[in-house]
Amino acid sequence: MTGNKIPTVYELSVPDRHGVDLPAPDVPQTALPTEGLRADCDLPELSQLDVVRHYLALSQLNFGVDSGFYPLGSCTMKFNPKVNEQIARLPGFAEAHPLQESETVQGNLALMFELQQWLAEIGGFAGVSLQPAAGAHGEFTGLLMTRAYHHARGDLKRTRILIPDSAHGTNPASTTMAGFTAVELPSDARGNIDLEAVRVACDDTVAGIMITNPNTLGLFEEHIDAVVQLVRACGGLVYGDGANMNALAGIARPGDLGFDVMHFNLHKTFSTPHGGGGPGSGPVGASARLKEFLPGPVVEFTRDAQGARYDLAMPDKSIGRVATFSGNFGMLVRAYAYIRQHGTKGLRENSEHAVLNANYLRVKLRDAFTVPFDRINMHEFVCSGAIDGTGVRALDVSKRLLDYGFHPPTNYFPLIVPEALMIEPTETEAKPTLDAFVAAMQAIAKEARENPALVKEAPHQTPVRRLDEVKAARELVLTDRAKSEAP
Amino acid sequence: MSYVPHTERERSEMLAAIGVARMEELFAAVPAGVRFPDLKLPPPVSELDLLREMQALACRNAAVEPTLSFLGAGTYHHFRPATVDYVLSRGEFYTAYTQYQPEVSQGFLQALFEYQSMICRLTGMEVSNASHYDGATALAEAALLALNVAAGKRHKIVLSPAVHPQYRAVVKTYLRGTHAATVVGDEDGAADIDQLKGLLDQDTAALVIQNPNFFGQCESVKGLAEVVHRAGALFIVVTDPISLGLFEPPGTYGADVVVADGQALGIAPSFGGPHLGIFAARMMQVRRLSGHLVGETIDADGRRGYVLTLATREQHIRRAKATSNICTNSALCALAAATYLATMGKRGLRQVAELCFHKSHYAAAEIGKLKGFAINPQAPAKPFFKEFVVRLPVPCAEANAHLREQHGIIGGYDLGRDDANLKNHMLMAVTEVNTRASIDRLVTALGEVAK
Repeated sequence: MTGNKIPTVYELSVPDRHGVDLPAPDVPQTALPTEGLRADCDLPELSQLDVVRHYLALSQLNFGVDSGFYPLGSCTMKFNPKVNEQIARLPGFAEAHPLQESETVQGNLALMFELQQWLAEIGGFAGVSLQPAAGAHGEFTGLLMTRAYHHARGDLKRTRILIPDSAHGTNPASTTMAGFTAVELPSDARGNIDLEAVRVACDDTVAGIMITNPNTLGLFEEHIDAVVQLVRACGGLVYGDGANMNALAGIARPGDLGFDVMHFNLHKTFSTPHGGGGPGSGPVGASARLKEFLPGPVVEFTRDAQGARYDLAMPDKSIGRVATFSGNFGMLVRAYAYIRQHGTKGLRENSEHAVLNANYLRVKLRDAFTVPFDRINMHEFVCSGAIDGTGVRALDVSKRLLDYGFHPPTNYFPLIVPEALMIEPTETEAKPTLDAFVAAMQAIAKEARENPALVKEAPHQTPVRRLDEVKAARELVLTDRAKSEAP
Repeated sequence: MSYVPHTERERSEMLAAIGVARMEELFAAVPAGVRFPDLKLPPPVSELDLLREMQALACRNAAVEPTLSFLGAGTYHHFRPATVDYVLSRGEFYTAYTQYQPEVSQGFLQALFEYQSMICRLTGMEVSNASHYDGATALAEAALLALNVAAGKRHKIVLSPAVHPQYRAVVKTYLRGTHAATVVGDEDGAADIDQLKGLLDQDTAALVIQNPNFFGQCESVKGLAEVVHRAGALFIVVTDPISLGLFEPPGTYGADVVVADGQALGIAPSFGGPHLGIFAARMMQVRRLSGHLVGETIDADGRRGYVLTLATREQHIRRAKATSNICTNSALCALAAATYLATMGKRGLRQVAELCFHKSHYAAAEIGKLKGFAINPQAPAKPFFKEFVVRLPVPCAEANAHLREQHGIIGGYDLGRDDANLKNHMLMAVTEVNTRASIDRLVTALGEVAK
């Protein structure tokens, strides 16, 4: 590949070229309004072949799980089964309109009902709403439920949410959006939430705690029972960030650990494709005391003299809607199909092999890279990407990995590990791939010592080299016209 | 079926390398009392059985023939050119994550940059983000932006009752988390734009209208932006992107933020999601926007390239001080919309919009001739685009049951579900996928209902 020289759709556009032909009106024409019409809408003018070649060429500049190993920590970049794409496109699902009367969409409602039940079973919850569209959307939902729960009990003074310093940025951001104040908790020397800090923070102004377990170091919280007990004892609720559920499905249920509310990332644990950043799906599970606050509608099942049927219904004390219709149904179909294909045994095997792969990489890499919390981890682990005495940093190692044909790990997160590389292989990668990745990482560590410039100037083999992000933020060219229109 | 590729031998070698004898030892940190639960899930099925089972489940829904569907109200059956699914099916796109490594994400980044460019042209705005979840959440984020612009000095969002009821509900849910923010204006379902103007005051952060509105009608927007701006508030417009092939864009009549659901742009109805939240604004708000933004830049060799930019607004950098918590968005749907707009082009979108206009007007005129029916009874003089209100001589449920059972037609949306004053009123949508024959069949069927 010789660089991104692909013209934009506007550069390819030629006046009066057409990509589609629509039928002529088969009804008498009505005079258009005399006011409020636009003369022209400046969209590109391309042939269908232009369009196809353009996007095909763009796709070839892009790297997905289908292209190669993608060990992006906390993102669970596992194989997206192709049959699920086929299933989501079945006309019965894809052409269904969300406002059809329920008797005409019993198949869809049955699917949603079953998925609610299965997620509740997998997570150990009393109820599930499928409406949130993404993980952060689920967090926001769970926090609004937390707020509604306390307010419903007349308890208005709870304004603080405790969040470990290893948490995803979405946790404090969602906290602010839900009208709470985020209180950061430090981690202890073993990478757990600092139990003493929890003890000190817990009082009657604590609305709850947000826990990612395993945490973003990939470690199962060793004091999880004690943390949950402390927070519950002071009247707070326990929110679970389900981003790392790929270590726990079939292994342990957050509900059994005392979590009150949690979002699932169907686009992580349950393999719905990430889509280049979305759409995802972030269903929320709730314990018995929080179930009535779930956003709705949810699907209910009734059986009476007329027979059995599924219907949409609003939970009694629902916080309301968080999205239109029933959330990202197309993603629900894929997740349903995924769980159906795996069953209890398959989900447990997935988690086990995700954990096996991550531990294998940790032990294979710990000689070449520092692993600050070097003990049995769950589905991911964090090492330092800095190579002592060479000036090579996590970013450089990441960029050099691109030359070796691998997508880099998440870098500079979690914030509590300097120069972090967060590595999550997932269960769908085989040992030869992991070994090739280890070999590449070892080779990069060697290069860093022998020829650091090679690593610091990487990548060398990609369609473009390092991009000037400062220039992008300073000049803000956000549309193809921005430059020509600038004064 | 499991997608775990490990052989028994590989598994043993890996456990040995880690230094444990059995898989279970990897989970010693999990409290023993809750470890390895016996989940009550149905037994797994093979890919072949799965496909059979899912086909059967899909068939438990009544078959939808888009030509015979007149249901809209936020989700539409429009023509989807084959190019769209071709592009969406490229694994390099749909199995990728957000473009945090730009060197291997130039394809998606350029596609999103082009999406932003086309959305700005379509809406008449200066900047578009790279997508929100859906139209309603985009509107909720726009309301939060307006409150943010007001910096705590204004607390009121004036919301037109002619905005989609589910959008209004989502805005209200979002504002539950915001101290002292209130929504006014939509208590009276019949309130028109002039009445809403009367609610604008020193405490108003934004006026929100939908145009064409939820009932399909074009609002009178002349001079409205000036009134809103004089009150010191932002003017937020919810729109239908297909309508912008024909009607002047909100940017032209002074909108500060334009939001829309982009499902109509090449995305399957899919029972309501995933859809696409379109969000466009003025450059003066760019640092307050939520969501990803793609910007053009150059690489180390001076070649053009694209990156995610202004990340300092976002949750992974700013945490509690971010403009929004959004991370995962609806990028693949933005790619679908971009492919749709590039394929349809200037002429194609105009043709679609005109076909919607002519067909819906033909349907409205024919239904209006039926005894006992009335079209847009609340606002007969307002122009409309592709949806219109029908007052029926019978309850909507009764009419829709007849249409479905006798003719295989999916009727309109029962407006009485949201507003008791609109009992026996339905909202009908007619697009380019409906033929004259299907419209005539609808009219005949409705005529039978009245008898």
